Amino acid sequence: MKTRRSMLFVPGDNPAMLSTAFVYKPDSVMFDLEDAVSPREKDSARLLVFHALGLPAYKDIERVVRINRLDSEYGLKDLEAAIRGRADVVRLPKTDSADDIHELESHVARLEKECSRPVGETKLIAAIESASGVVNALAIATSSQRMAAIALAGFDYLVDMQTSRSGGSEPELFYARAAIVHAARVAHIDAFDVVYGNVDDEEGFLREVQIAKQLGFNGKSLIHPRQVDLLHRAYAPTQKELDHAQRVIAAADAAHRNGQGVVALDGKMIDPPVVKEAELILSRVYAS
Amino acid sequence: MKIIKQAVAGTLESSDLLVKVEPNDSGLDIVIQSEVVKQFGKQIRAAVAETLAKLDVDRGTVVIEDKGALDYAIRARVQAAVLRGAGSVDVNWGQLS
Repeated sequence: MKTRRSMLFVPGDNPAMLSTAFVYKPDSVMFDLEDAVSPREKDSARLLVFHALGLPAYKDIERVVRINRLDSEYGLKDLEAAIRGRADVVRLPKTDSADDIHELESHVARLEKECSRPVGETKLIAAIESASGVVNALAIATSSQRMAAIALAGFDYLVDMQTSRSGGSEPELFYARAAIVHAARVAHIDAFDVVYGNVDDEEGFLREVQIAKQLGFNGKSLIHPRQVDLLHRAYAPTQKELDHAQRVIAAADAAHRNGQGVVALDGKMIDPPVVKEAELILSRVYAS
Repeated sequence: MKIIKQAVAGTLESSDLLVKVEPNDSGLDIVIQSEVVKQFGKQIRAAVAETLAKLDVDRGTVVIEDKGALDYAIRARVQAAVLRGAGSVDVNWGQLS
């Protein structure tokens, strides 16, 4: 199963960044054709991204392309570049409903056929950036077998909600974050938290990572390479958590071998949810 | 593909290149300026020539100001400049791989 903690944004019109982002070892790179690219450079960026997708340096990193909305003059052209460049995932911005995904999916399937890719190979990520998107999060998350994740995009969402970032515990994002994570868990897909824009504020970034991690997000969208390692370290289990998880798994295995339904460890019952939590902790070790 | 007007693509930032194309009925003229022309001039020229050939460009002046771009960026920027110079809005992706 693909580990997705860090999705690093890379401007689609910047060759220096397109050719070096892999060195930071994010779980996914997201070549951006939307907000990072000015309208007059969309055509040139599309070609850069098309060719960058084929760079051997990205063979072990998930390659995501953020396209423009399909109702813009750029969206379908971006999508064609992404599919023909053999992107692993297409990220759709400003997803408001399941219909947006259904429309995208039909175009993806057509393009996969046209360039002899296996139909269904390209995965999708929906970015939720509005009140409608949050309310429809479950329908969006379950709209297609291609869905790999949903991501909350905070800036547009908060404008739509007629509020702004407050810092600290961020109550203005709580409902949306909770809705996104719940939808992702029901759909058995991943959930990405918002970007943290102040790249010089390491303390604030880590505070926000802890909120996202505690709510159950798989990771965050990132706008600066230095955030990748910080995020991975924050998601890595502590030695104490790791030791406990290994003891839980060992105790559960022993109980299974002995035909016992449940077993106690340090006076606490080890039941399936506890084992599942231990497996999750161990999976984060192997991903780091 | 015929270059019918002047066009530019790319930048002069590090790892990028600036490509200028313009009509030239007398033939195909490729000019390459690069700080690494001694080491990589042949490879740059080969990438430019191959990209132009795939686009069926046999006439025009193409000036490259290279700032250490990788092969993929050279191909992408040349393609962008030619498509702009040809006034083309539809991309034939089969010509670009």
